[in-house]
Amino acid sequence: MIDKIFFNFTRISALLILVIVAWIFTVLFNHSLEAMNTFGLDFITKDEWAPNLDKFGAYAAILGSIISTFLAMLLAIPIAIGVAIFLSEIAHDKIKGFFGVSVELLAAIPSVIYGMWGLFFFVPIIRNIFGGMGIGLLAAGIVLAIMILPFMAAVTRDAMNTTPDILKESAYALGGTQWDVIKDIIIPYAKAGIIGSLILALGRAIGETMAVTFVMGNVHHVPGSILDPTTSIPVTLANEFTEADSSLYFSSLFGLALTLLIMSFVVIAVAKFYFLRKARRA
Amino acid sequence: MTAVQKRVVINKLALAFSTLSALIALGFLFWILGVLVMKGVSALNWNIFIFEGAPPGYAESGLKHALVGQAILIGMATAIGVPLGILAGTYLSEYGKNSKLAHTIRDISDIMMSAPSIVIGAFVYAVVVMPMGHFSAWAGAIALGIIMIPIILRTTDDMLQLVPGELREAAFALGAPKYKVILSVVYRGAKAGILTGVLLGIARVGGETAPLLFTSFNDNFFTTNLNEAMPSLTVTIFNYATSPYEDWQQLGWAAAFILSMFILGLNILGRLILLAGKKRK
Repeated sequence: MIDKIFFNFTRISALLILVIVAWIFTVLFNHSLEAMNTFGLDFITKDEWAPNLDKFGAYAAILGSIISTFLAMLLAIPIAIGVAIFLSEIAHDKIKGFFGVSVELLAAIPSVIYGMWGLFFFVPIIRNIFGGMGIGLLAAGIVLAIMILPFMAAVTRDAMNTTPDILKESAYALGGTQWDVIKDIIIPYAKAGIIGSLILALGRAIGETMAVTFVMGNVHHVPGSILDPTTSIPVTLANEFTEADSSLYFSSLFGLALTLLIMSFVVIAVAKFYFLRKARRA
Repeated sequence: MTAVQKRVVINKLALAFSTLSALIALGFLFWILGVLVMKGVSALNWNIFIFEGAPPGYAESGLKHALVGQAILIGMATAIGVPLGILAGTYLSEYGKNSKLAHTIRDISDIMMSAPSIVIGAFVYAVVVMPMGHFSAWAGAIALGIIMIPIILRTTDDMLQLVPGELREAAFALGAPKYKVILSVVYRGAKAGILTGVLLGIARVGGETAPLLFTSFNDNFFTTNLNEAMPSLTVTIFNYATSPYEDWQQLGWAAAFILSMFILGLNILGRLILLAGKKRK
């Protein structure tokens, strides 16, 4: 009797996850219907975002999300791989422990702190070097890169650590240098895991709100250069959700949320189910 | 240069590059931490804990409202997320095991763990804030609770699976029903792991800002009314840091420092518990 009740409690809780996810998709879809019906494909291909005219085109926000994430990946990937190699192959055990734990702890620092730091300390530097306002795609890309770096380095290191010692030792026995072992043994062996980790970090970066809201500018305009202020999907949501005053405006914001959810769902699913699963099986 | 010399040089260069990138990464990160500590500690004083928010320029302004609000929000989110997460994790590890349903739930929950938190905020806005007609602490706590479930679920599932099957069999052999086996044998064996999962879940949710922006919103004054907008440390950091007033920015740094120490502390505590649990075995 109690056995059955307990079993059902656990099962309902587990099924609740599926219900919540399905519910999130349904709610976002239903609320964005009005915008989809009004604008159709224009919603994602036009960049005119004019709440006073009831015109909403999300092109600039979508583009901003993609470019800022791309910039962040471009900057973070080489450094994260360097850090991962350092942590798994170069550092002595004592340094490894200290370095490794600090990298993991830094991954836990709230993103709002990275954003605040970016606004007060990094934006002025960009302003001094390149002129202009300082806020914009470049600042967002850099702050995002720094924020995602600890997570990326930690998961990439874990992927590299899966290489069996016996493979590495065999390569050393053949006279390979450390770099030979890294590039010919570890990277080919852990390739799927490394790619999966990087894409997983990408999925996190796309949906990141607070690190970029401070430094993006929230201007609905396709930027002429990476120094121009622009916007991204999370930045628009963070800035405008509490200001929306018409149902079409709300509906468009829900449309943005749905677009973001689908984008990150696909990216994360590819990372987890294609690459990381392949890595685990290998 | 001989081929061997060339390889040695390339090796040195490559290792130097990766050491350099480790230094660059840590340099940036310690720069951020350094700024946080310097700015935060210099802005700390007792007034922060005594006074609530005030308009810019007032000497008697503090963060009491945000600290209490944050504690209420996290407490409520924990009350929602932890039981659901632990129960769901228990189902996966003890009942579902390798069934198709269990794997589907694991996969979906894994994706949820990395899904953008601001989208959860939008969802809760639609299902809680809109019907109620106003922002509330409930909405904020529900949003945080939803974010917490997958984290707790995952660690519970992993930790329960680490409990040896023999222990369960021994308890069954004594005639214990399954729920009793789970409650008094499996949970006891995985206690340290589950506790760590809960601490890390609280730490993760404690730093979330985006899902609170339009659920619990924010308030510059002290309140314990769960049906009203509720101030939080994270949204207060955002509002104060983006304000043009020097004294608000100072308070923002103090709030950022307190929040970071709280989250780092939880993370370290979680690790220590896990480590102590491992040693005992």
